[in-house]
Amino acid sequence: MPLIPALALIKAQGFRGWEYGQEVIDRSAALTESQENRLPLLQTQKLTKIFGNTHALASVDFNLYAGEIHALLGENGAGKSTLIKLITGVYRKDGGTILLEGKPIEPQSPRDAQTYGISAVYQEINLVPTLSVAENIFLGRQPTRFGFIDMRRVNAQAKALLQTYHLDIDVTRTLSTYSVAIQQIIAIARGVSMSAKVLILDEPTASLDAREVQMLFEVMRSLTARGLGIILITHFLDQVYQISDRITVLRNGEKVSEHLTRELPKRQLISDMLGREFAEIAEAGETATATMSEGAFLHAHGIARKGMLHPFDLNIAKGEIVGLAGLLGSGRTEAAQLLFGIYRSDGGEMMVKGKTITLKSPRDAVRQGFAMCPEDRKVEGIIPELSVRENIIVALQAKQGWFKYLPYAKQEAIAQEMIAALRIVTPDSSSPVSELSGGNQQKVILARWLASQPEFLILDEPTRGIDVGAHAEIINIIKRLCSEGLALLVISSELSEVVDYSNRVVVMRDRQKLTELTGDDINETTVMHAIAEK
Amino acid sequence: MVNTKTSFETETPVSRGNLQRMLRNSRKLLFPLAALILILIGNWLISPNFFNVRIVDGRMLGSIVDIFNRGAPTVILAVGMTLVIATKGIDLSVGAVIAICGAVAAVLIDQTELSPFIVIAISIGAGVLCGLWNGVLVAVFDIQPFIATLILMVVGRGIAQLITAGQIAIFNNPTLEFVGKGVVLGLPFPIILSALVLILVYLMVRRTAIGLLIESVGSNDRASYYAGIDARAIKLFVYVISGVCAAIAGLIITADIRGADANNAGLWLELDAVLAVVIGGTLLTGGRFYLGLSVIGALIIQSIQTGIFVSGLPPTFNLIVQAVVILLILFLQSEEFRRPFTRLFMRMRKQS
Repeated sequence: MPLIPALALIKAQGFRGWEYGQEVIDRSAALTESQENRLPLLQTQKLTKIFGNTHALASVDFNLYAGEIHALLGENGAGKSTLIKLITGVYRKDGGTILLEGKPIEPQSPRDAQTYGISAVYQEINLVPTLSVAENIFLGRQPTRFGFIDMRRVNAQAKALLQTYHLDIDVTRTLSTYSVAIQQIIAIARGVSMSAKVLILDEPTASLDAREVQMLFEVMRSLTARGLGIILITHFLDQVYQISDRITVLRNGEKVSEHLTRELPKRQLISDMLGREFAEIAEAGETATATMSEGAFLHAHGIARKGMLHPFDLNIAKGEIVGLAGLLGSGRTEAAQLLFGIYRSDGGEMMVKGKTITLKSPRDAVRQGFAMCPEDRKVEGIIPELSVRENIIVALQAKQGWFKYLPYAKQEAIAQEMIAALRIVTPDSSSPVSELSGGNQQKVILARWLASQPEFLILDEPTRGIDVGAHAEIINIIKRLCSEGLALLVISSELSEVVDYSNRVVVMRDRQKLTELTGDDINETTVMHAIAEK
Repeated sequence: MVNTKTSFETETPVSRGNLQRMLRNSRKLLFPLAALILILIGNWLISPNFFNVRIVDGRMLGSIVDIFNRGAPTVILAVGMTLVIATKGIDLSVGAVIAICGAVAAVLIDQTELSPFIVIAISIGAGVLCGLWNGVLVAVFDIQPFIATLILMVVGRGIAQLITAGQIAIFNNPTLEFVGKGVVLGLPFPIILSALVLILVYLMVRRTAIGLLIESVGSNDRASYYAGIDARAIKLFVYVISGVCAAIAGLIITADIRGADANNAGLWLELDAVLAVVIGGTLLTGGRFYLGLSVIGALIIQSIQTGIFVSGLPPTFNLIVQAVVILLILFLQSEEFRRPFTRLFMRMRKQS
């Protein structure tokens, strides 16, 4: 063990002894002090990254101590990803230093960062889905025998490794046959087994259910007990309070604050993140209330597809928000896909404003004035190589056809209007959309569909993976669109959200519609009961 | 909509962003263009009269004219290939389509009394059919473009041989010959033709929404489908354009030698076309495409060939020299390769 960390450890332990004695007086203050005297495991000083003429990261000091879970929070575009990419060698810094155990490092690539002991597990799990679990864990460093990969040892070692995570699974099975939660733990196990100093988790819980989240948290706690430092990026503030020891908030590329979690009230955290007072945010949420206007826009009766969805009915009027609630796999997304013509329904009928229609493709749906923001932003939404402007106008252009080309000035006008209205944070309308943060990409897709001037908008998980600020904004947009006479169908896993804005809530389970709630029945408890009841 | 103005909407960053993007784009333009100029200078150093143009019987002669003339088929192929590659596809069959369309033209002109204009139209029609075949396999049956077009690449020469009955079909018709050997305003007709193809295709894709939709489909075809784009029609369209381009190239080649050689006409030209597109900066992974730069890519390939020919180097070195030069160009375009040099340059600039 190098001298400095050993010293740090002794120091820390020494202080901890002191701390226990003083515990009655002020435990948290003692902890702060002890950690301020400790050498951080990972430290950045005045770290700076410039893209074009914007400071993606401006002189950020970040401290991660051994044995702590440090939540890195901020709105989309605050600089969280940039900071992580600098630490893991994806980007090169434009200024400042990165110190690992007190020594400056300059990771040149993620692989290089791993040799320093820093590894990252991303939201989109970076493993090979078609290889076995064991092969994934040892990919690129398989134990060999006579120059050949020793599969038996690979499997045995993988199994032993996973057992330290209390995961007893068949490691010879293909990775993709396991749930996302298990894949996530496998990715963590791989990362930690290669380099066990700093572990970075980017939105690890985004697609996990409550039980799986707890499983992951246990793993995280056992890792910090081993002395690892964990950087956690997440949008779930409740989870931040449940698991993290320390919080650093970034905003517009700058560090706003650093606190011990228990010393930072949630309200304070949110206003740190937004740069506004909490009261303002709450007020903004109240501005628009839905008004129901007369006349059904869409009438779907018995639409179904074998293996996807049992016969499904839906009526929706203009100026109405229908919430679609249910667990993952309940058929919510499938219903939306049939309504939007992504898959053809093999039964039932659809009527728009009283006229029967058949949808063979999204193109047909778009012509009827439909629009849909899909669930999987990356695969189904973003067109990465095109600019923000082109991403915004592409649906309108497709609707107009090949030969009615929108002139540049018109495209630019639409893009600028949308950027302002939805507060999309982008250097300019010609930047590649892939350079935007996740929440802003989501807004670009929403802008794309608003530009096509739809009458019926389907939103599939519009607020997933989006931070609080953008979250509130998107909900406000939903309400406003509704008051402007749009018919909206919103799928969301967040019941409080669905209950808040829906005029009606359709509850689904096992690929069929269970019930439809209206009026006073729309509250979280009723919806939850409806989902759960046999 | 809300009337919120945020800080980034101020004037300066936007206009500065524009400038930066122009620089970024011009750098993209710079590399192929610089490579072409360097190669031409290299040729001039090897044979000092490289740029000399003589006018004989109202016809321009000289190595530089020759590059544009000889390069015309590859230029035309590269134009079609650019659109195909932009959709994340590839068209390996263009060499074979050249043989088919050349054979159709040669046999019809030789054995029927049809007007040469109708023969040309039928030959281009054959190109459309070939493109449709590829397009249907790729767009409708969702076969990987590499495999789908490989089928026609293999079978195409067989079809061409059937048409010419295994012989080299020779003909004698001044109108058809004009396509390959004619002179307009002192310039060989293939040069005019390739310029026309470039301009027409450019207008067709950039003055309509087709170009944007091609880039969209190539960048993310699933998201494009969700956005209401008829990705199938777009794919069908680009393969048909590629087929037509191959037919025109086939007419030039056939007219030039006054005969259709089913075995050798356009042999390996599909690879030159792909290379031209790649040199021009359009990625094989689809998305953004650059028609003009593909043309420069094609001219680079032809300049190398002409240069070797003019230099008097034994033709046996031809392929090796060509490979080395192209490798150098691709290195220049690789950011990884350039990085150490860029850094050195930055450091030097900082010091001064």
